[in-house]
Amino acid sequence: MGTEPSVAALAPGFTTALFAVAGIVVVAVLLRVASRHGTPLRRRRATKVSRYLLLVVLGVIVLFPIYITVVNSLLAPDQIAQRPPLLFPTHPEWSTYATAWTSGHLGRYLMNSFIVTVAIVVGTLVTSIAAGYAFAFLEFPFKRTIFVVFLATMMVPLEVTFFTNLQTVVSLGWYNSYLALIVPFLATGFGAFLMRQAFLGLPGELRDAAKIDGLGHLRFMTRIAVPLARPAIAALGLFAFFSAFNQYLWPLIVTKNDQYRTVQIGLKILSRSQISTINVTFAGIVLAFIPLFVLLLVFQKQLIRGLTAGAVKG
Amino acid sequence: MSATVDPLPAAPTDRPGPGEVPEPDPGDRHLRRRRRERLLAAALLAPSALVFAVFVFYPFARNIYLSLYSTPPFPNLPSRFVGLSQYSQVLGSHNFLNSLWVTALFVVYTVPAGLLAGLLLALLAHQKLKGIRVFRTVFASPVATSVAVASVIFFTLLNPQVGLFTYWLGQQNQLSVLDNPTWALVAVSVVTVWQNIGLSFILMSAGLQAVPDELLEACEIDGAKGWARLRHVVVPLLSPTIFFAVVVGTILSLQSFGQIDLLTQGGPLQRTNLLVYNIYDQVFNQNNEGRAAVMAIALFFITLVLALVQIRLLERRVTYGN
Repeated sequence: MGTEPSVAALAPGFTTALFAVAGIVVVAVLLRVASRHGTPLRRRRATKVSRYLLLVVLGVIVLFPIYITVVNSLLAPDQIAQRPPLLFPTHPEWSTYATAWTSGHLGRYLMNSFIVTVAIVVGTLVTSIAAGYAFAFLEFPFKRTIFVVFLATMMVPLEVTFFTNLQTVVSLGWYNSYLALIVPFLATGFGAFLMRQAFLGLPGELRDAAKIDGLGHLRFMTRIAVPLARPAIAALGLFAFFSAFNQYLWPLIVTKNDQYRTVQIGLKILSRSQISTINVTFAGIVLAFIPLFVLLLVFQKQLIRGLTAGAVKG
Repeated sequence: MSATVDPLPAAPTDRPGPGEVPEPDPGDRHLRRRRRERLLAAALLAPSALVFAVFVFYPFARNIYLSLYSTPPFPNLPSRFVGLSQYSQVLGSHNFLNSLWVTALFVVYTVPAGLLAGLLLALLAHQKLKGIRVFRTVFASPVATSVAVASVIFFTLLNPQVGLFTYWLGQQNQLSVLDNPTWALVAVSVVTVWQNIGLSFILMSAGLQAVPDELLEACEIDGAKGWARLRHVVVPLLSPTIFFAVVVGTILSLQSFGQIDLLTQGGPLQRTNLLVYNIYDQVFNQNNEGRAAVMAIALFFITLVLALVQIRLLERRVTYGN
């Protein structure tokens, strides 16, 4: 192929990859069919091998875009352009990461993202615990109505209100600042709902016992209810972290320079750079991906709980 | 809010606690305690209420207001009240109908595919095999990619000169798929499906986990083979999860913006001009807030209908469960 413009609809590389995948799937299916015959031991072994084959093929497909990004981030630009493509970095160039961090401003972008994300997570947790506690343990007029109003906020996504919110932020003098990036997300209807559910799930006798012991609401909340609701709090915190860190539309419209841009917006700027620095773009992507990937590895269980809250339990 | 003295009895609650049992003689002490409780509730709810008032309800009301005024062609002229006529004008326009159609196509391209991929991976990962946890992590890993990460990965790999995918597709030094009117939306959809595969896998896995193992074992003893077991046992039991995934997936897909901004900017020939991108374009490029406001209200109603459907389904499921 080289760099000649090709007339064929499918390049040999793509065709080869397709055939390789198809071939492995066929082998897996054949093994599966074969597993219906033969001795039990052989059958079991064939089933097992076919299952692993399928898992590996699908794993490779799912992971490939991330893998090739990591590989390309370690290649020199001319190596990235090399055909046939290099699928493994023989002489990894780690210095690209330093370039991305400093002249690609990834250091600054990531710091902004962390400041904004941590503030949003802490704020969401505080407001959600407070509101959830009020709905679960306190009596006050119009409780039902207020709860429905809180839930109704989930029906108005930012995609509907972003430009009117931008006007508000501008008139508050918050344009291009951390306040603009943080304050609108300090409370969510989802968080209040989740914490209310978590508190209602605690045994009812707890509050009575605490009352007899002379514990007021504030002390009951901080010393008993919150520690017992830790799983829900962790799930909500991780959920808030992911959504805050990944925001795109809002940071795009309320920031105008690198001083406040988050890493997601930084990626847009990196993606518009020259081909001669395309390796820096790849390194930038990896740097933007790593924080959440590490969180996923460490807190897989809690994260799954957060993402599926409402899905499984209803 | 609740600091005002309310003569009405307290609203019905979901949990009959002992504090709520109607006391025969609400003496002075009780009254004072109740007032304190109301004050505390007001204090606990106030921060959230403030954020919602300023950043959810006010902008929404202002949106409705803006949708009734036509934006002048030049910034310094006053805007004119046109009422609902702006709705008929915008909602009937080719630009809006095109967005609606493209958005619907995008939903059709991304939601079922993402769901099926997630279900397939979840079924495969729901086996007792050595090292299965590694595969679970691998399948879940795209959940750590933001829309920007996923889009920029594919944008770079689709670079017309040096992109690996461009080379594999045999498109080197040709029109990029992202600039091809026929394929641009498909390309954006592929990126979206890949980005959402982790979430879809996690949802489906959690659903499968809730299916009791004994049930699957019982099927095995009954001789129900793979496909039959999947169709008649697993999928019906997973249907709540699947419904949830369909509704949430559709809402998220309707609200897509980042991949369009990063990959195609609505082009070529408006073939990827999804609703939210169109609203953004009206505000920041066409300087037409009135039009943008009408479209935003339309988006709100579409989302609302879907959310109501979701609540309905959830309610029905609870009834089934009992």
